[in-house]
Amino acid sequence: MAVKAAATAWRRTLPETTRLSVRKTYKLFIGGKFPRSESGRTYLVDGDNVALASRKDARDAVVAARKAQPGWAGATAYNRGQVLYRIAEMLEARREEFIARGVSEPEVNAAVDRWVWYAGWSDKIAQVHGSVNPVAGPYFNISAPEPTGVVAVVAPESFLGLVSVIAPAIVTSNTVVVLTGLPQAAITLAEVIATSDVPAGVINILTGDAAGNAPWLASHDDVNALDLTGVTNPELATELERGAAGSLKRVLRPPAEGIDSAAEPGLQPMTALLETKTVWHPKGF
Amino acid sequence: MFEYAPAPESRSVVDIAPSYGLFIDGQFEPGAGSFKTVNPASEEVLTEVALAGPDDVERAVAAARSAFEPWSALPGSERAKYLFRIARIIQERSRELAVLESLDNGKPIRESRDVDLPLVAAHFFYYAGWADKLRYAGFGTDPRPLGVAAQVIPWNFPLLMLAWKVAPALATGNTVVLKPAETTPLSALFFADICRQADLPAGVVNILTGAGDTGRTLVEHPGVDKVAFTGSTEVGRQIARSVAGTRKRLTLELGGKAANIVFDDAPIDQAVEGIVNGIFFNQGHVCCAGSRLLVQESVFDEVLESLKRRMATLRVGDPLDKNTDVGAINSAEQLERIRTLSDAGSQEGAERWSPPCELPSQGFWFAPTVFTGVTQAHRIAREEIFGPVLSVLTFRTPAEAIEKANNTPYGLSAGIWSDKGSRILAVADKLRAGVVWANTFNKFDPTSPFGGYKESGYGREGGRHGLEAYLA
Amino acid sequence: MTATTTSRHDLRSLLHGLPGVDKVGVEARAAALGTRSVKSTAKAAAIDLAIRMVDLTTLEGADTPGKVRALSAKALRPDPADASCPPVAAVCVYPAMVPVAAQVLAGSGVHLASVATAFPSGQAPLEVKLADTRGAVAAGADEIDMVISRGAFLAGRYDLVFDEIVAVKQACGDAHLKVILETGELATYDNVRRASWLAMLAGADFIKTSTGKVPLAATLPVTLVMLEAVRDFRARTGRQVGVKPAGGIKTTKDAIKYLVLINETAGDDWLHPDWFRFGASSLLNDLLMQRTKLTTGHYAGPDYFTLD
Repeated sequence: MAVKAAATAWRRTLPETTRLSVRKTYKLFIGGKFPRSESGRTYLVDGDNVALASRKDARDAVVAARKAQPGWAGATAYNRGQVLYRIAEMLEARREEFIARGVSEPEVNAAVDRWVWYAGWSDKIAQVHGSVNPVAGPYFNISAPEPTGVVAVVAPESFLGLVSVIAPAIVTSNTVVVLTGLPQAAITLAEVIATSDVPAGVINILTGDAAGNAPWLASHDDVNALDLTGVTNPELATELERGAAGSLKRVLRPPAEGIDSAAEPGLQPMTALLETKTVWHPKGF
Repeated sequence: MFEYAPAPESRSVVDIAPSYGLFIDGQFEPGAGSFKTVNPASEEVLTEVALAGPDDVERAVAAARSAFEPWSALPGSERAKYLFRIARIIQERSRELAVLESLDNGKPIRESRDVDLPLVAAHFFYYAGWADKLRYAGFGTDPRPLGVAAQVIPWNFPLLMLAWKVAPALATGNTVVLKPAETTPLSALFFADICRQADLPAGVVNILTGAGDTGRTLVEHPGVDKVAFTGSTEVGRQIARSVAGTRKRLTLELGGKAANIVFDDAPIDQAVEGIVNGIFFNQGHVCCAGSRLLVQESVFDEVLESLKRRMATLRVGDPLDKNTDVGAINSAEQLERIRTLSDAGSQEGAERWSPPCELPSQGFWFAPTVFTGVTQAHRIAREEIFGPVLSVLTFRTPAEAIEKANNTPYGLSAGIWSDKGSRILAVADKLRAGVVWANTFNKFDPTSPFGGYKESGYGREGGRHGLEAYLA
Repeated sequence: MTATTTSRHDLRSLLHGLPGVDKVGVEARAAALGTRSVKSTAKAAAIDLAIRMVDLTTLEGADTPGKVRALSAKALRPDPADASCPPVAAVCVYPAMVPVAAQVLAGSGVHLASVATAFPSGQAPLEVKLADTRGAVAAGADEIDMVISRGAFLAGRYDLVFDEIVAVKQACGDAHLKVILETGELATYDNVRRASWLAMLAGADFIKTSTGKVPLAATLPVTLVMLEAVRDFRARTGRQVGVKPAGGIKTTKDAIKYLVLINETAGDDWLHPDWFRFGASSLLNDLLMQRTKLTTGHYAGPDYFTLD
């Protein structure tokens, strides 16, 4: 309190001219960098010009995600857990920035806690979702989960919802391209991510025109899965599902009754983005 | 040469009726039309089966719907006993069913007897035991069935694919409308009889015979909650499109172009067995067939020489002869596809070789064939042939082997042959395939999840994982 | 490769450079071949071939001249009631019994094999083993079944095993040398493959599975590995070596499985008594019973065949 009082007193001594604040430019988050849209387009949200992602940005984001995926999957589960926990730490430290952008304090808290929850899954999901199979023969036989690869996500329009679609995808070693209509909070989250030792390209965030860009991702042959959690328009959802059928992507459809982001997510958000690999080997001297 | 005399399995153990109806609500009923099913080894007509039209699909789905409530309300322990009963009846009738399967499909009796039928019974036994233990399966404390499952299965393992679909569906409390493949309807119809013999409640299992249209009508029926399909990637794509927006749950087990990778330190004799088993088992009509052989250049000559010598001992012919290793191609249509792709292999410059073998004049036959000098760009290295045709490629380093193995839109299975444990584990990790067989190939077990990555489909069949596709 | 230029390390590199054998795979392959169905004319031919491949054996402490004479007589005419029944390949006895068998078999074309080299353990000084061998050959044996020193093999002293085989081969003169690997004591198929190559490199004319004196005798998968070895050895060196499973092969059904194994592994060239033998005693009567069943059309009984 003493420090604050002193500061206030000091400010009062400033000349009458008010300081002009430095505004943040909200750009995209692709491959660990914050580029403008290649289209050069922006749109206005709450007074900010934010980048309006184009299909070419979506394409670039898929390239970045694909490039990052093997390295991310090659990291140890322990390491991935540490990185996710680091995101929680950084988010905790920057809670005020999100509150200032209209996210409620309980929601920010819940988002921090969700990162912590998922961080712990990194080295447990394989144990819960894998198995040793007692086959009728002299074989060692195990089934272990593996990432499906690059996941395109249409994120729901809430901050907790955004965190709740990114975290399960990356804790399972996938990389993501996220379409969001929540640009300021999402790009501020990207800044958190960029300072949390998340390798470049693991999380890519595209702001604006989710409905326009989603079909490009749905039909992209180098995308392995499509999360439709944030799609509220049933016709668009159907169109995207149809597009995803071209390369037989795994598609996550939100339940008809919707998702309660506040509830504990369960395993499904993770297992839906996992492949199961079964390995056989004979046993013998 | 030590010639084995003919050793035909007796056909008299199986009694095929002159015609069969659709199995709906516990009864055999006529359909909208009919079609003939033939023995692919002789082109002899075996019988005539009903063709299910839209009205029949309607009735079957309705029967499954009305059976769903009582069936899913049964205690799991009671459902389990029905499945155990079915498993036992299959065991007791396995000789009959094996002969039937070989007649309708063309596969050697050695395989239907020693592989298909034992696995069919084992599958029902395995899932029977799950029926009253579902809350321990890791899918929540109160997992619920989905409702009516539409299941469409292929012709390569008719009864086994039925078991893979029906056993988990029933164990989890779903009811079923199943469509067997057009060219192999008979074992599913015999299974209908087994359901009656087991006193399974009417409507729990319904069997609709027919062709592609019947299958399409079935999976697109709005009264269906779950679609499970095994077959080609192209049809899988169509199904995925057609269920888009419907909230039907979907699992797909589709095509493959598996790499079977032989390193220079492999146990060569067993590797050669694995290569042969990988591509000539079931005439190569296997979605997970090891159709691309990747051999390390340093052992190429040795492996190829052994492989050719081994191929020369394959006995091609009468599927009912107990010594037959390679039977008939399932249909004229499939034979045509195999021929077309093989001809493309020759035209594109690959070197074709088959052992000298006399093929019967009647029926659909294709000699075991190996192509060398194949590159990744050849059609026979990329497209699924689904026949006894092996494409051989070479590699120099493990990284190159992995790169070539993964360089396909498919991702169903793969093989690794090496005596070095650390190499096997590292390569297995990097292969994008749902099943990796190391120092073995084409092994299946009801406890072991099976299914693909990428365009080989999604969802797993077998094991605890196989329950997930049928639970909410 | 000769004895003088082969060091312990050369042998190790060579033998350990052979492809490994996967146990599950080789056993599955042998089992699959075991399901071949051999009926009617094929079965009749197989039975006669199997009879012609039998090394009719007695290796008991209780062997007497009377027993050996009876056995030798049976070797010449296995089925006294049927003149079309072929004789067996050889009679196999202890060195002390060689003179007795030689008397009966002289000029018949049926070979006389003798175990030697301190059979069955091989645990005797080399001079004793060589004397044993020379004695048996001098008494009339034209085939010698020697045992390798499994102890030396398992200790990695391939050079000692090699040198011993070379020495015994020399002592054999013109007699054929069968080298018993005692596969039941070698424990792994990798060892069976290595021991097969070691014996062949050292000059074995035949490689043989077992003495019949340890619990684990001939098996189909062991024989399969040995057949692969002789096949590959001939491809590499041009020299053909025979194979002899011994011990535990008691029924016609068993014997036919072995013939199928040859047929589909090493091939035709080994389907001959010069290149494949069964070390057996009770097998012969079962072959005769099955042979009679095929010729008469009804099942035969053991009382109708001689026990010797």
